[in-house]
Amino acid sequence: MSCAVHARRLSYSYPDGRAALDGLDLQIEHGERVAVLGPNGAGKTTLMLHLNGLLRGQGELEVAGVEVGPKTLTELRARVGLVFQDPDDQLFMPTVGEDVAFGPLNMRLERDEVERRVAEALAAVRMAGATGRAPYQLSMGERRRVAIATVLAMRPALLVLDEPSANLDPRARRELLDVLELVEGTMLVTTHDLPLAAELCERAVILAEGRIVADSRCEQLLGDPQLLAAHDLELPAGFELGAIARRPRPGGQTVVGGLPLGA
Amino acid sequence: MSGGAHHALELTAPAGDPDSPVHRLDPRAKIVGLVTVTLVAVSAPLSAWPVLAACALALAAVAAPARVPPAALWQRVRVVLPLVIVVGIFLPFVRTGGERWKLGPLTVHEQGLEVLGAVASKATIGALSAALLLATTGFPAVLRGLDALRVPRVFVLITGFTYRYLFVVAAEVGRMRAAVMARGYAPRTMLRSGAMGRVAGALFLRTHARGERVHRAMLARGWSGSMPQLSPLALRAADGAFVAAILIPLVALRVALGVAA
Repeated sequence: MSCAVHARRLSYSYPDGRAALDGLDLQIEHGERVAVLGPNGAGKTTLMLHLNGLLRGQGELEVAGVEVGPKTLTELRARVGLVFQDPDDQLFMPTVGEDVAFGPLNMRLERDEVERRVAEALAAVRMAGATGRAPYQLSMGERRRVAIATVLAMRPALLVLDEPSANLDPRARRELLDVLELVEGTMLVTTHDLPLAAELCERAVILAEGRIVADSRCEQLLGDPQLLAAHDLELPAGFELGAIARRPRPGGQTVVGGLPLGA
Repeated sequence: MSGGAHHALELTAPAGDPDSPVHRLDPRAKIVGLVTVTLVAVSAPLSAWPVLAACALALAAVAAPARVPPAALWQRVRVVLPLVIVVGIFLPFVRTGGERWKLGPLTVHEQGLEVLGAVASKATIGALSAALLLATTGFPAVLRGLDALRVPRVFVLITGFTYRYLFVVAAEVGRMRAAVMARGYAPRTMLRSGAMGRVAGALFLRTHARGERVHRAMLARGWSGSMPQLSPLALRAADGAFVAAILIPLVALRVALGVAA
């Protein structure tokens, strides 16, 4: 009951026999923000699909205090929010409001409560007033934020984001970061965008060939060029880790330039 | 997203005064009322002009208080009309009967002209009814109305997903076409357009993969087979009055003329 994610010897092979997860061990505490880094094909998306019971492999897996299994799927999906890479996959209802209401309605909440959550979630991603709009009328950045709102409305204990900054222009990326920095709770972010990981997460793990091969504080891990290079990762040229100013966490510790304030 | 795709979807967007009494009616009332207009018009005998005139009048009586600009309606209806013209243009030449006029080497028949006129009018009334329904209701509300009217859920879901993803897929086709053309592909004949066949195949696979991802995204948010609704629809007296005002006179006129014929 104590961990947000507890995975032990988690393995999963695709039907063609290719092993996507190969004895993965991962422990994430409540309230942590963890970046999952790794080259393409390392198993990042497969791991994410396991957290919500969409894929089931061998080994132990407990997420948000729930043992993952066929009987716990409903509870699990209410507690774990997945934000997929392509918002067009996530926004399938004719209007933004109906889409954000989809999850809470599946949780069989009262109508007033659903309406309250829709308004709250859209406000949290700065999309209040978009209720009646259709997804095709939104920009990529707006669609991404609405996709996050669809999950926030379910008030998940664990928020999992797959490549949240993919296909965003710098400004939309900044707006997304501004939104994510204010989200409370445990967060798992799979990304190639190392500066985003540095700005958002205190901890980072590297996933390679279905296993966790590195796990430490984000600054420490990103400050090791050899380790990064060994797993096809690279910081942008001229990027300075020390220049990253992490915002105060809602209800958490303030971290500036990689050091907790007052430490 | 390409401008063209955007424009085409705008044709289904609401128009007119969103607070008008017609816009505020229950979607079910508008569906029943406007489908009635279409059915009465389509089922009318060929020369039953009073019925068609009454249908047109009913549509005008709906459009006026809704303040839907005629230009907006015309913009939507004109998408349908070329099809009617393609189908019906030969009628005056091949359908014989009545008076005849020489038009160069061709002969125009009176009855053929009449049939063309009736078909074109019926198609216009049908298209106008649909355009007016969408303009005063909006696509999402029409879907909810259909669902509440017990139209099979599979049909409503398919229509909804088609509406949502048609232009995502169209944009994908556009990008793939551009990628093929950008590498100098310029087929002279249809027989040499093999690359387009492969584009179609790739498109099928991509669309199928997207379908799986959407399904996954639905499951991730706790979907268990039924489509949840936020606010149930509620019929008011105005909805009943709207349906009665359209249904009773039109059906009565249609039946009276049917009996007379």
